[in-house]
Amino acid sequence: MTMTDNRPNTVIGTRLLRREDPALLTGEGKFTNDLNIPGALHLAIKRSEHAHARIIKIDTTQAQALPGVVAVYTGADLQSLWAAPMPCAWPVTPDMKNPVHYPLAVSKVHYVGDGVAAVLATTETISRDALDLIDVTYEVLPAVVDLDEALSDKVILHDELGTNSSYTWPLLIESTPGCVEEAFKNAAYTVKERYVQQRLIPMAMEPRAIAAVPQPFGGDVTMYSSTQVPHILKVMAALTLGIPEHQLRIVAPSVGGGFGSKLDVYAEELLCLALSRKHNVPVRWVEERSENAHATIHGRGQIQHVELAADSDGKLTAVRFRIIADMGAYLQLVTPGVPLLGAFLYAGVYNLPQAYDFSCTGVFTSLTPTDAYRGAGRPEATYAIECGMDALAREMKIDPYELRKRNFIQKEQFPYTAFSGLTYDSGDHALAAEKATQMADYTGIRKQQVTQNVPGAAKRIGIGMASYFEMCGLAPSRVLASLNYGAGGWEAATVRVLPTAKVQVVTGTSPHGQGHETSWAMIASEKLGIPVEDIDVLHSDTAIAPLGMDTYGSRSLPVGGVAIAGACDKVIEKARLIAAHQLECAADDLEFANGLFSVKGSPDRSLPMAALAFAAFTAHNLPDGLEPNLEAQYTYDPPNFSWPFGTHVCIVEVDVETGKVQVLKYVAIDDCGNQINPLIVEGQVHGGVIQGLAQALFEEAVYDEDGNLKTTTLAEYLVPAASDVPSITTGHTITPSPTNQLGVKGIGEAGTIGAAPAVINAIIDALSGLGVTSMAMPASPQTVWRTIQSAKK
Amino acid sequence: MKVSITVNGTSTQHDVEPRTLLVHYVRENLGLTGTNIGCDTSSCGACTVHLNGEAVKSCTILAAQADGCSVNTIEGLSKDGVMHPMQQAFMENHGLQCGYCTPGMVMAAIGLLNENPHPTEEDVRLGLEGNLCRCTGYHNIVKSVLAAAK
Repeated sequence: MTMTDNRPNTVIGTRLLRREDPALLTGEGKFTNDLNIPGALHLAIKRSEHAHARIIKIDTTQAQALPGVVAVYTGADLQSLWAAPMPCAWPVTPDMKNPVHYPLAVSKVHYVGDGVAAVLATTETISRDALDLIDVTYEVLPAVVDLDEALSDKVILHDELGTNSSYTWPLLIESTPGCVEEAFKNAAYTVKERYVQQRLIPMAMEPRAIAAVPQPFGGDVTMYSSTQVPHILKVMAALTLGIPEHQLRIVAPSVGGGFGSKLDVYAEELLCLALSRKHNVPVRWVEERSENAHATIHGRGQIQHVELAADSDGKLTAVRFRIIADMGAYLQLVTPGVPLLGAFLYAGVYNLPQAYDFSCTGVFTSLTPTDAYRGAGRPEATYAIECGMDALAREMKIDPYELRKRNFIQKEQFPYTAFSGLTYDSGDHALAAEKATQMADYTGIRKQQVTQNVPGAAKRIGIGMASYFEMCGLAPSRVLASLNYGAGGWEAATVRVLPTAKVQVVTGTSPHGQGHETSWAMIASEKLGIPVEDIDVLHSDTAIAPLGMDTYGSRSLPVGGVAIAGACDKVIEKARLIAAHQLECAADDLEFANGLFSVKGSPDRSLPMAALAFAAFTAHNLPDGLEPNLEAQYTYDPPNFSWPFGTHVCIVEVDVETGKVQVLKYVAIDDCGNQINPLIVEGQVHGGVIQGLAQALFEEAVYDEDGNLKTTTLAEYLVPAASDVPSITTGHTITPSPTNQLGVKGIGEAGTIGAAPAVINAIIDALSGLGVTSMAMPASPQTVWRTIQSAKK
Repeated sequence: MKVSITVNGTSTQHDVEPRTLLVHYVRENLGLTGTNIGCDTSSCGACTVHLNGEAVKSCTILAAQADGCSVNTIEGLSKDGVMHPMQQAFMENHGLQCGYCTPGMVMAAIGLLNENPHPTEEDVRLGLEGNLCRCTGYHNIVKSVLAAAK
């Protein structure tokens, strides 16, 4: 039984309005660049305008002479400040090649935007004006933009590595040696496709901002940063700068979106810290949007070679995937691991025998480094299998929904041990698909196609679906160890009942739009029987919440939320001891419900949590040996990943003459287990779907052959506006996770994972009568029109 | 140069560089940091304020051009601790997540309803095309504005 079963008046599961909203709606909320920090110097970064070049000379004389400029530093000037190079926490193979790089480049630059010099000035304007006065002489070297060209090693980007390949990570799982090859040989049907996951720019609406403030005595320093990961940043900054970790405090004020782009340790953070200590004054930096397009990580960037083998019924018998993943210029915090977060998901939601041949090669280019972007590896994997399934259905001339039905892992097979040995906790894929196709009127659209998609039709209608699995709840620490990840996957929580029965929940998660303050208060309220408005949630300041693993990968609820529930359990058990002592009964004789301990069978003998909190505070009458105060800390290391799933269905109309795609309807059925707050769940799905749909239709980081980014502003990089996108029809099924006490799975990335393949499958479906069998992303009018023209030939 | 601008009903005077943008005037000279900066090409709309009652992107206007004008920012919307109906509608319909685009979105939405008090969903989507949001997918923003129009 889960917490929400048969419980009237429960707060979990209600559409409670967000407590975060009033401050954000009135301008009271403070983002990092809103902080008033007297005496701060402003940092600005001189960035390379070449993708690959040797630094010959940097002349800073004129910049130094500009009134208001306090100092100008080159990379060479600052080398003594770094105790270690920029960190990469995920050496995915023992022989992975990781080029040493520092916050400022020293001898070579490797992408347009690579920092070469730092200015400190009294105002932001002067700091930027000074950049134009720095004269850098380069020996320009050839750029490497294309992944296949990078693999050829004709131009080596990092001389010391001798190759552009960082690693190859294979995952070959065969029930008997050679069975994959055998399955392909004996297959009734095979498909072989090549998909490109274009580079995307995360474009959180708040550009990054930082302020490092040294304390006048004792050597401590506080850094405010628009980061998703204050805790990870603290550890990494301490190691990289050689600052004792206990003297470092990181605060993430209101953070204006992240989507993975603020899950990193950035050069500017290390520069602000190091220079604030060097000058003993606060140092702050704020990113301009075009700077953000260059200097904040990008996402995706893969070539996927997809091969599926199936028997005569269309049941998958083996799969083979070869991935080339664009690392960009350097390995950032988790760059090499991102494509591997999808490595186990390329069989999707299907019942595949042990015949799985996956391999990923990470390769350096002279472009902005890539790293985690919403979904991180899992949207890429889902796209490959879900577009591949449609290709298989076309090959077999059967309906893609029918093909999926023949392959779904069935409800009764859960918990399901997959080909990989991983256990999928719970699921009902057939139900999610049935619900989604019904809401989208799948059969009705198929009928409409017969009359609408006739030869010569100007507008053709298409319907596409994607059924997904997300491996989230990152992550069981022992599994991370087997993947060579440099940290654990636990989350910490402290729950403190104050003397007046108000509650502080301290969490190691670090929200930036997800509504944790609201949801975490709901969990604690449910557990403790204390009104939700009496519960405060503290986070994102390492002095207040010293332990944590932060927010990314849809982990916050299934790990951090469960940690809060666990801390509440410990508080309740302590309160139970006090209640038993004061009611003079055995602890086991007490029942706890709705914030009240009562003796079984004698409900009039009872004590409320409020009385016990005060008793714990006064400590006048506690059991022998029991510590005063009512608080508990709990760290939860999940025993398994959580496995949210669902089916998305997209209906499009394609104008054959202009190539314009109109999304007529989008249905998302998601199952994230029990929902703490359905209002927030739906919001996460809406935003995720539009981000995935934007990859399918609009967004691409476009480079020229010299490695210059052409999409450097929001005028050129097409983050969709309200007028570009449809409303989303959401729905859900609820299959609680059996592996945690809340029965939750996580929802942050689901929308993004389902959307791109659903949209692309719909477009191909609309145009299949014209001979179109593939569609590149983004499916802009020009791309669609050209694809139609080449199919006609 | 000296400028005199009435902001949220209060008269303000400051000596500014001629190149000072209105958004920098309200953020830096007045400390009203609710108006956010999200781009450098007037694309995102995070800095939308009302200038003489009309929604404008405050990064497209020099403080000097606003001399003698009346400007309202997000901080001027709530009265006596009660949020403006548009703010209320955003809260009730979960029209915001990270909140960074929100002040500009709310100001733009009020401007939209001033011009068209009874918009259709399409009117709202077209009317807000100058304001970008990365979190909500716009679904609940549109819902909020339609709710506020009722």
